[in-house]
Formats: sequence, C-alpha cells, structure tokens
Amino acid sequence: MLSYPTVRTSLIFLAIALVGLLFADIAITANNPWRDLGNFFLGVLTPNFFSSEGLLTALLRTVAFAFVGVTVGGVCGFFLALVYRFLPVRVFCAFIRAIHELFWALIFLQFFGFHPLTGVLAIAIPYSGIFAKVYSEILEEADPEPGRLLPPGTGTIAAFLYTKIPDCWVQLITYTAYRLECGLRSSAILGFVGLPTLGFYLETSFSQGMYSDAGAMLILFYVLIATIPLWVRPKLLPVYIVGAPFFLGDGLPIVWGNVERFFTEDIVPSPLRDGEGLAGLLPWLNELMVEQALPGIWNTVILTQIALVATGILTLLLFPLISNHFGGPIRRTSGHVFLVIARSTPEYILAYILLQLWGPSMLPAVVALALHNGGIIGHLIGRQTNTIRLRSDAPKGLNRYGWELVPRVYRSFLAFLFYRWEIIMRETAILGILGIYTLGFYVDSAIQSIRFDQAMVLILITAMLNIGVDILGRYIRRKLALQTMPTC
Amino acid sequence: MTQNLIRKLLIIGLCSLFTATASAKTFIFTAIPDEDETKLVERFRGIADYLSEELDADVKYIPVKSYAAAVSAFRNNQVQLAWFGGLSGVQARSLVPGSQAIAQGTEDQAFYVYFIAHESTGLDRQDSLPEEVRGKTFTFGSKGSTSGRLIPEYHIRETFGEAPEDVFSRVGFSGNHTRTLRLVESGTYEVGAMNYAVWEKELENDNIDTDAVKVIWKTPGFPNYQWSIRGDVDENYGEGFTDRVREALLSLDDPELLESFPRSAFIPASNDDYEPIRKVAKEIGIID
Repeated sequence: MLSYPTVRTSLIFLAIALVGLLFADIAITANNPWRDLGNFFLGVLTPNFFSSEGLLTALLRTVAFAFVGVTVGGVCGFFLALVYRFLPVRVFCAFIRAIHELFWALIFLQFFGFHPLTGVLAIAIPYSGIFAKVYSEILEEADPEPGRLLPPGTGTIAAFLYTKIPDCWVQLITYTAYRLECGLRSSAILGFVGLPTLGFYLETSFSQGMYSDAGAMLILFYVLIATIPLWVRPKLLPVYIVGAPFFLGDGLPIVWGNVERFFTEDIVPSPLRDGEGLAGLLPWLNELMVEQALPGIWNTVILTQIALVATGILTLLLFPLISNHFGGPIRRTSGHVFLVIARSTPEYILAYILLQLWGPSMLPAVVALALHNGGIIGHLIGRQTNTIRLRSDAPKGLNRYGWELVPRVYRSFLAFLFYRWEIIMRETAILGILGIYTLGFYVDSAIQSIRFDQAMVLILITAMLNIGVDILGRYIRRKLALQTMPTC
Repeated sequence: MTQNLIRKLLIIGLCSLFTATASAKTFIFTAIPDEDETKLVERFRGIADYLSEELDADVKYIPVKSYAAAVSAFRNNQVQLAWFGGLSGVQARSLVPGSQAIAQGTEDQAFYVYFIAHESTGLDRQDSLPEEVRGKTFTFGSKGSTSGRLIPEYHIRETFGEAPEDVFSRVGFSGNHTRTLRLVESGTYEVGAMNYAVWEKELENDNIDTDAVKVIWKTPGFPNYQWSIRGDVDENYGEGFTDRVREALLSLDDPELLESFPRSAFIPASNDDYEPIRKVAKEIGIID
C-alpha cells in the first residue's frame, strides 16, 4: 500500500498532524461542559421565535446582504475572469480572496463604519476573487469547436457570447447559485462584528446563555438555506437583485474624510507616521514579527494541519451516512439531515458555540472546522458513491466500506480535502477573533488597541500564508493528478 | 415598460447605497459593550428617550459589538457622544481633537476592580493580590476594558513583575464583565478580574452563586467611566449644544435609570481626571 503516492501523502499529513497535537493546546476547560451542551440542545428543541423584535429584520438583512454582495462579486468576478490569463490579475484575485470576509469587514468598519457598504464590500471583494478564478476555469473548459466554425471576421464579443457562454451556461449558473448559499453564511457571520445580520442577535443571545432564542435563530437559518431551491427561482432573481439594496438598512452615514485618513494616516506604520523614518521601521517590524506574527503563524499552521486531518477522518466516517450502499432509508434520511446541518452552519458559529460550552482551547476550533468541512466533503463523497454500481456478490458491511468504496473514492476525497486546505486555513486564522491564539487573535488585538498599522501588516501576513498554502495545495493536487470541482 | 421600471429601481437602489440616509441632525450616541447586551439596550434606550426630551432633538442609541467599534464610531463622527470606560475614553479623545469628558458617575471618581476566584482554588479575600493565583487559569474582560484589562494587568505586573501570560497557565479575554463572572462561576477559568459595580449589582439581584465564586481582592481606586462628547458638536448641532447635553446628564435624577448603570448621580468631569489612566496605559504599552 505504501507504494501508492496518495497513501504516502496521507500518512505524511497524518504524521504532521500528530506531531502538531503535541504542541497544540487541546483541552476542555469548562467545569461542566456536558451540562452546558445539554442546555444548548434543550434550547434548540424549545426554540423561542418571539424573543427579539429584530429577528425577522435580521433574517431579511442577512438575505439582502448576501444578494447584493454576491451579485456585485459575481459581476466583478465575471469581468475579471475574462482577463484572468494575465498574471497581475491572477495575483490580484488570489490576494483579495485570501483575506476573509470578516477581516474585510473589520477593515471597512474603521472608515465606513456601520454603513451597509461595509457589509456589501466585505462579501463582494473576496467573492470577486473566487468568482474570477472559478468562472475562468469553467470558461477554459468550454468546447473550442463552435468557435472554430464561426465565419472569419466575427467580433470577439459576439464569438464569446454565442460560442462560449451557451456551452458553460449551466455550470456558471450552478456555481453562482451555490455561491449564494455561501453568501448567506458569510452574511450571517458578519453580524458578529456588529453588522445588522443574524450573527448580531445570535452572539447576543448565546453570550447571555439564552439558548432557546439562539436555537430559534439557528433553526430559521437552516430553514432559510434548506429552502433555497424553493424561493430562489430564475424568474424571481431579478426581483431579488433589484429589491435587495432597499433592505440593507440605513446604518450610519459615511464620512468620507475618514476614508482618506485611514489610508494616509491610520495604516502608515507608526514609526513612519512619527517621522522616525526607516531607522524606526525595522525595530517596529521586528517586534511585530517576534511578538505577534510568529506565534500567530505557528498556531495557525498547527491548528490548520490538525483540522485538515480531522476533517479527512470525519469525512471518511460520515460519507456512509448518505451512501446507498449502507443502511435503510431512515438512516440515510437522518444522515442527510445531519450533514446538511453540519455544512450549513458556518464554522465560525460552530466554533463560537463550542467555545462557549467547552471553554477556550484549540479543541472547539478543530471540532468546528472538522464538522463543517467534513459535512461538505462527506456529502459530496457520499453522493459520489451512489453512482458506483457494485457486483451483486460484493461484500457487505465493513468489507464493502474498506475494500470496495473507500479505494474507489479516495482520490476525489483527497482532491476535495486539498482543495479545502486553503479554506480551512483562512477560517483558522479568523477563529482567532474568538480567542484562540491564531493570527486573527493578534489582528483583533491590534484593532482593539486602535493600531491599524499593525493590524494591516498582520492581515497581509495572513493573506500571504493563505496564498502559500493555496499554491502548495495545487502543487500536491497536480503531483497526485487529482481532479476536483470547487466548493466553498 | 418593465425594463424601464427595473432600471429606475436599480438606479435608486445604487444611489441609496451611497448616500447618507440617516438625517444629519439626529444626535447619535453609543456605549462600550461592557455588560450583557439586553441590559445595555434597555438602559441606553431609556437614556435616549430622556435626552430626546431634554434636548428637544432626535437622539438615538446604537449598540456596538466591541470597545474598539465604539471608539471608531466616535472617531468617525458616526456617533457624537459615548459612554466610555476610562481607557476607551482616553483612546477616543486622543483621536478626536477638541473632544471632552463632560460627566462621570459619582462612583467613577474612585472605581475598583474585583479579582474573583472559583471555589476550587480555595482562595479567600485578602489585602493584596494573593501569590497563590500563579499558575491558575485567568480571564480578563474585553481587550480594551479599563476594569477588565488595564487595571488588572497593571496590578498583576506590579505584584509579580511578569506579564500575565507568564504568571497564569492560561489567559483569556471573556469579552465583558458579566461573562467574566459567569466563566469563573462555572469554573471555566479559575480566576478573573471584573468591574466591581457589575458584581455588586448582580449580587444584589441574586444572580451570583456565592458558593461557587468569591471576591479575593479589591484593587485601590482609579477613575473610570465617563460621558465623552466630540469637539465639533456645537458647530453641527447649534451653539451651546455641548453645554445642554452636559446639563441634561448632570440633572438626570430618574432613580431607575441611574440604578441601571448603576450610579447614584452624574457629576462633572474633565479630560484631566483621566490622566492617571493614560499614564498606566502607556506604561503597559496598550497605548503609544
């Protein structure tokens, strides 16, 4: 078995994660974690839908921000996709998508404040980068044949519209619709930093232990996501897109002078601002690196590697839940419900919940990342096994799992896992805001002490780290000849 | 026809995104989120109503999710008045030229921090920060809090001559005082530091399991919370507006509103009152 490169790679990653565990801070520090967890589930079972006057408004705002953000991101991403072959465009897109929505929101909050534009841009900017990449991949795969059959002298735009677009239309739509679901999740968590979406109220009720209120919000959110096929209809889309900007809320007026101040003063490293020049800059950078960036990078990498392997293990355990090859219809239906809940809950919210219940350490973060990502990949792999036809005398039970199914899906399993590596890292960094000592913790600390110069350097470092992992992930996928389709 | 309508709606929609929709004359204030949000919203809506009446102006309170967000909103002129802690007030006023502290609670002249501990530590109330807290797990409140961060960190460094991360086995930031209390009460953290007023109010309301958590040390007093107002308020809201806001706050005597803070009354304050806080913050390196 060791002769297979996929197995060797898996074992190397497993070994790294095990070594990482030695250095990781894994603990349950709460005195009575199970009682709290019980209270939480009791809250979900006894939801209180009438707790907060703002609950319905918050849902509406969540949908509105998602629609406006994804639309703007989609349009910009589409145009970027057309010029994606140019290296500067690719680098630009890689950069803007390497910065998480919450970080973008934290940046815009400093000068746009609580204006709807903050939330819209926080979603639209990283989504543009992602759309550009995926759209360009889809367009590249288009069949070149129709283009060759056009009469000479056909304009580029006409050729594009009549040969490329029809061929890719379905994939473009499927991916965009999928992205909308991601947009709803992103929109919801923006509430955690103060925008008027679901996360705002979720944070409030959770931190005060009002689990029935929190349960009601979570249930509404799941219903919202699960019913997407019912209320997002092609014919209704124009109505939503045109209407959404009206439901973003008023927020507070933008003072444009703040924007200028942010870029010309706030984010200029303090030694330069104080006129110490380059002589002051180096010690400043050095201190920032040693005291914040390096510990942050170290913890981010460790947590990412552990979460990646945990995701992989959980995926392998979860996919049989929805596979036709095991169990009866009841088991499969409950499996579906579980996986839908796991993947619909943003990891940020999962981590937040578990941190409240178990106390601070890396453990809640690992579990949250593994549940969410394992839910996504498990769902995809489970569906894939349903297309496999086994011989009628194929073994059953554990043998079927280990000898028939896993080997057949292992390559696509690894492909998804390495595709999500970068996504897991981006989330890991952001979870620092919740108090785990990853890069996000130091970014948040810098912002809390009104040191935006430091925050920006740390965000840049986070972005570079993400880009690095993205490149490495793609290299490994190419090395192992793994093919994948995008997930968010 | 439909297309035309859609186009028009689209333009209006885009415009509404980019223009200021709230009336420029609404006087908006915020407060640091130092306690459970439900309580804050209740308390400050009361203040908003009171100020609306006294000032004969449209006054609105907006809740924020972090101390820094309160400071930023004040700095960005999205709010003109704020109920800050000692440290956030110092930070905010240093960023807004001409801004001033106009009122503080009577209790804010000498405010205290309680170090609290879970019963499993076996610690009792003492006259100084006990040596035994070393090696325990410890939680601050918010990163930008005066009584939840600045003053406790100052005393930890004074007592042990080391940074909190070196003194304790685990250091966390609970977010606010109520949560610090709950986390230590439940034993998630063994020791914590919090605002004494929040503790006393919760104790009075029977919200503390005194078998599980107790106060182990009360710090010396320091100046804390205050109302701070931007320097350009008179210019934007009419001559003498700052004085009227100050007057309104100082003459607030609704016992229920005062109790919700909890403060016995508001008294005049000045920027200089907070000089000690600025010095300590600078010494610890929280501000430059």
